[in-house]
This record gives sequence, structure tokens and C-alpha cells, in this order.
Amino acid sequence: MSVLQQPPVVPVPEPAEDEGARRRLLRSLAEGELSALRVVLMLALIWMIFQVQEERFLSSANLTNLILQITSIGLISVGVVLVLLLGEIDLSVGAVSGLCAGVMAVLTVRHGWAPVPAIGAALALGCAIGTFNGFMVVRFGIPSFVVTLAGLLAWQGGLLYVLGSTGTVNLPPGPITDLAGTFYGAAAGWAIVAVAVAFHTLLAVRRQRRRAAAGLPSAGMARVVAGSVLLTATLGAAVMVFGADRGVPLAALILVGFVALFSWLTEDTLFGRHLFATGGSVEAARRAGIKVDNVRIVVFALCSTMAAAGGVMAASRLLAVNQSSGGSDTLLLSIAGPVIAGVSLFGGRGRVWAALLGALVIGSISNGMDLLALTSSVKYMITGAVLLVAVTIDALARRQRNLAGRH
Amino acid sequence: MERFVAKGVSKSFGAVEALVDVDFEVDAGEVVALVGDNGAGKSTLIKAISGVQPGDAGEYWFEGEQVEIHTPLDAYRLGIATVYQDLALCDNLDVVANLYLGSELRASGIGGTLRVLDEIAMEQHTLELLGALSVTTLSSVRTEVGSLSGGQRQAVAIARSLIGEPRLVILDEPTAALGISQTAQVLALIERLREQGLAVVVISHNLANVFHVADRIVVLRLGRRAATFDRRTTPQDDVVAAITGASMPRPELLLGPDGTAVSL
Repeated sequence: MSVLQQPPVVPVPEPAEDEGARRRLLRSLAEGELSALRVVLMLALIWMIFQVQEERFLSSANLTNLILQITSIGLISVGVVLVLLLGEIDLSVGAVSGLCAGVMAVLTVRHGWAPVPAIGAALALGCAIGTFNGFMVVRFGIPSFVVTLAGLLAWQGGLLYVLGSTGTVNLPPGPITDLAGTFYGAAAGWAIVAVAVAFHTLLAVRRQRRRAAAGLPSAGMARVVAGSVLLTATLGAAVMVFGADRGVPLAALILVGFVALFSWLTEDTLFGRHLFATGGSVEAARRAGIKVDNVRIVVFALCSTMAAAGGVMAASRLLAVNQSSGGSDTLLLSIAGPVIAGVSLFGGRGRVWAALLGALVIGSISNGMDLLALTSSVKYMITGAVLLVAVTIDALARRQRNLAGRH
Repeated sequence: MERFVAKGVSKSFGAVEALVDVDFEVDAGEVVALVGDNGAGKSTLIKAISGVQPGDAGEYWFEGEQVEIHTPLDAYRLGIATVYQDLALCDNLDVVANLYLGSELRASGIGGTLRVLDEIAMEQHTLELLGALSVTTLSSVRTEVGSLSGGQRQAVAIARSLIGEPRLVILDEPTAALGISQTAQVLALIERLREQGLAVVVISHNLANVFHVADRIVVLRLGRRAATFDRRTTPQDDVVAAITGASMPRPELLLGPDGTAVSL
């Protein structure tokens, strides 16, 4: 949006604008609107590197696998983004995803529950655990790091308890396993693309019309068209890749659906505004009359609910829940993804789409290294290095902001 | 009829008498500077008026009607807005979001907190408000507040206090820590508030700024109201003398609460 289009507010050169165009571009890549582009470039680089090493990497079969591998982590990451936006952390998401999946599996297999109520019970348990986490943080002022660290241990124990002596519960084929095992044909895929693009374009056009009618600067129809073309190209490419293999996975639709839902929740609603305000400055938010305690409890509840959803998805893909469900690197990857994709650990900055992009980056690294048959030792070290680089970029962007402000 | 009158405000913290029987008044379209040394009771008086920390004793009249102020909400409902020194802005949100923080406009939606924000109306009103205040240094109202200069942040905080359409605005050290040109911007902004018929109270340590913008100057000293001056007829040295207690001010310069000269 051009600064020159805003009527009563006359632009005055700020010191930040004295920088050269290239510096500005670098800065916006590091922190601003273009941080999503930065992640996409990172993803492209990773894909190129693996494709050069192993030509199967960009095959449609492997890309479909990649998507199925990241849906569970991606769903958990959606909740993690919300908690990170608050400037808090939830270390219990992995354990909660395992426990909730375990409860679902035990209810269906051993107690004869129907699949849908069992999934509902898993999500409700996640919601209850998250509400408890939030309550402990708000009521007693315990750092979320500690509350959820305790949860990490306790809920792992909970999973072992519900699984009992057998240690593994296998899921029979049915609605639960269909979550990860359902694929839609090309026709259905294209129909979904058409609906999504039409919906997006309609909203964008309406927004521009309303802004123009209100006398506010609007980005113009060219930008709307460009956005729709980009969306069509992205979704179209995805449908073609999926179509060449098994079809469009239901799991991918679920992930993208949740990401879009929470994107809307955080960016367009009152709740989202209050979430960002609380993450930016608790004191300022409180004094503005925002019930910051309620915001925090709801966010922790949503986070653990999404962790439960991720656990259900993981169980669906593995066709079982066992003692290591939600363990191992589930927690670390679901936090590392959003951070790599630009969600600040310091609160108040980031977008829900980072959950998807971050999971893609993390998942690609993991998937590629598996294809190259690298050992676990190398995999862990490389994933750790990527995370460190991403967090360093976040810290540098933050320092840059502090230097730019308050001159 | 004065827009706001406080009578006999007292407040003690244990054995320390922070405020002793202080009267205070400000009229519509008037800028009153509240000055005094550290610990003179300026902040205590402001906190009592804004309901943040109610006084032990004191009566308040708003537009001739006696009112009670026990909580910040009481003050807000009366139309008293306070801009504190720390501004209480969210650096990660843009100017529009900060202006409407806690009082966001919502379009039709799913009801309750899930209702969609009416960004267009908020942005429109923000531009109108900043235009009316002649705030011209923002390149865009969609700029993050964290990247603004100190003067711009102060302007945003003042503009934000006007969202609830207050009739009395209290500014706590609005020019502290600002450079010369930014101070000038904020002082001009205070003059806009007066032109719009608001009653304005400014706490400041900077007498040059006080003399630039205030109509009347109220001096607090050791928790008591030591003197009141008319800015146009008072030399700065007399205000300094009243602040430090070096000497009694010259009687012919003093004003009573009704604005007329007092006889001692």
C-alpha cells in the first residue's frame, strides 16, 4: 500500500527510510511482510538440495508422503503458534497428543465406543488439560514453561496408564484410520480449488470495494488478481502432484482447514486482536480493559485441543497408539516449525500460516534425510542447526526493531 | 461552572501525608499545568482523580454535579481520560489497533468475542481523529507503533485517550524524554485539545513547556497546594520559587480558585 494515498496523514521521511532499497528489502525479508516469502525461499532451497541428491524427493509419491507425515505436527503447531503469540510456551503438547490419542484408541477398541464420540472425547480431554494449564499459569502466576514441563511428564505417565500392560492399541479400519487414509480424485480436487479460489477472490474484491467506498487507500484490483492467480497456481500444483499419486489426501484438507480457521480467528476477530495485544504487552492490554486472564486460559485450551487433534491424526496414520505416541521429537518439531517460519518466541508477532510452512520445512528436512538414509545422529544435528539459524534470525530481527523504534 | 472541581483531596500512605486537603479545578477549553518537585503529590492527585488510587478524603464535581470516583471505570464513565507516562501501547500492533485497543469496533458476525473487527471503520475514524489533531508525521496508520518515534508514540497515546470522547484529559509528563521538535509537536497537540473545548491537565517538570502551553499553573508543594498562577502575567522565577518554597509568591500574581486575584 502506498504511503502517498492516505489523505490527512502526510508522509515525512523517517530515519528508517534513509536506508537503501536493498537494505529495506533485506529487512522486510527478515522481519516484515515478506517473512513468509523468506520461509518459502528456504523451503525451495531445501527441496533443491534434496532433489539434486536424490531424484525421488520431488516425486508425487514422496511429496504425498511428506504431506501425510506433517499433518500431525502441523495440527499441533497451529496450537503452539497461538501460545507463542501470547509469549508463552507449551511443552506438554507432545505428551497431550499421545494421551488423547491413547484415550481415543482405548475407548474405541476396548470399550466399544463409536469412533466419532471417541474423537470428541480426545478433543474434550485436550481442551480440559489446556484449561488446567492456563488456569495454573493465570491463577498462581507459575511460568507456563514449568506448568507444561510438569504436564509433559505427567501426561506421558497418563498415556502409559491408559494403554495398560499391552502397551499398544491397534486401530481397526474405520472412520478414524480413514482420516489419514482417504484420498479424493482429481475432479474433487479441482472442485475444491475452484471453491477456495472463488471464496478468496470474492472476499478480496469485497474488501477492496469497501475500502475504496470508505475513501481508504486500496491495493487495487491488480493485486487481487495477482493473489488469486498465485493461490490458483499453488493449489493447482498441489492437486496435480497429489493426482499423480493417490489423490488429494483428506488429512491435508483437514490441516489446511484448521490453519485457515485459526488464521481468521487470530487476524479478523476481537479475540485475535486481544490475543496479539496480550502477547505484545500484558500491562497495556490489561489497562485497556482486556480480560487478559481469560485470553490466556482460552489460548492454552485451544493449544491442547489442537494437540489432541494432532494426536488423533498421528494415530490414524500409524493405525495404532503405543507407548511412544506423542513422544520422541513430536514436541520439539511442533515448536521448531513455527519458530523457523517466523513466529517470535517473545510473543505478539507471527501468523498461523507459519504452522503449515514450518511443518513443511521441518518435514522436508526429515523426509529428505530419510531418503538419503542418513543416520539419526546426523538428522538430529542438522535439524538442530536449522532451528538455531531460524531463531537467530528472529533474535536479529527483534534487535533491529528495537534499534529502529524509539529514536 | 467549572468542568471539573476537586475539593479537600487528602491521601496518606502510613505516616506520610502525600496530599493534604488539596483543591483543584479545571475548566473546559483550559490547560492547567500541575507542577511541583518530586514527592509534591502531583501523581497522587492524578491517581485520585482518575480512580486508580482513590484518595482518603475528597469531593468531586463534574460539570456542577457532585460525583463519586472510586475506580478507573468511574472516571472513564464521567469522561476523564488519563495518559500515563509509560503510554501503555502495544508495540506489536499498528496505530489503528492501538487507538481502539479494548474498544474495538465490530462488524456483524457470529456474536460475542468471535465477531469480526470492523477494520475499515476503525481506520477511517483514526484518520479523521489524527487529522483533527493535525498529527501529520505518521507515514501510515498501519505502521507498527513500536517503530514510531517518541513524539509519535505520545501522539498515538493522546489520540487513543480521545476514542471514548472524554471531556477531561490528564497527561502525565507528556514531553519527558522527547527531543525539541517532538516536544513542539506534542505541545501543538495539547493546544488542539484546548481548541476542541476539552479540559486538559498537564503534569510536567519542564517549566519552559508549561509556560508555552498552560493557561494556569497550579503548584503543589509537600502535598499541599502552594500557589496558583496565571501564565500570562507570571515570571518563571516566581513559579520556581513556589515549587522550591524559597519564598512566598508575590500576592498580586496569585489567583484564587475562582480565577480572580486573591487578597492575603
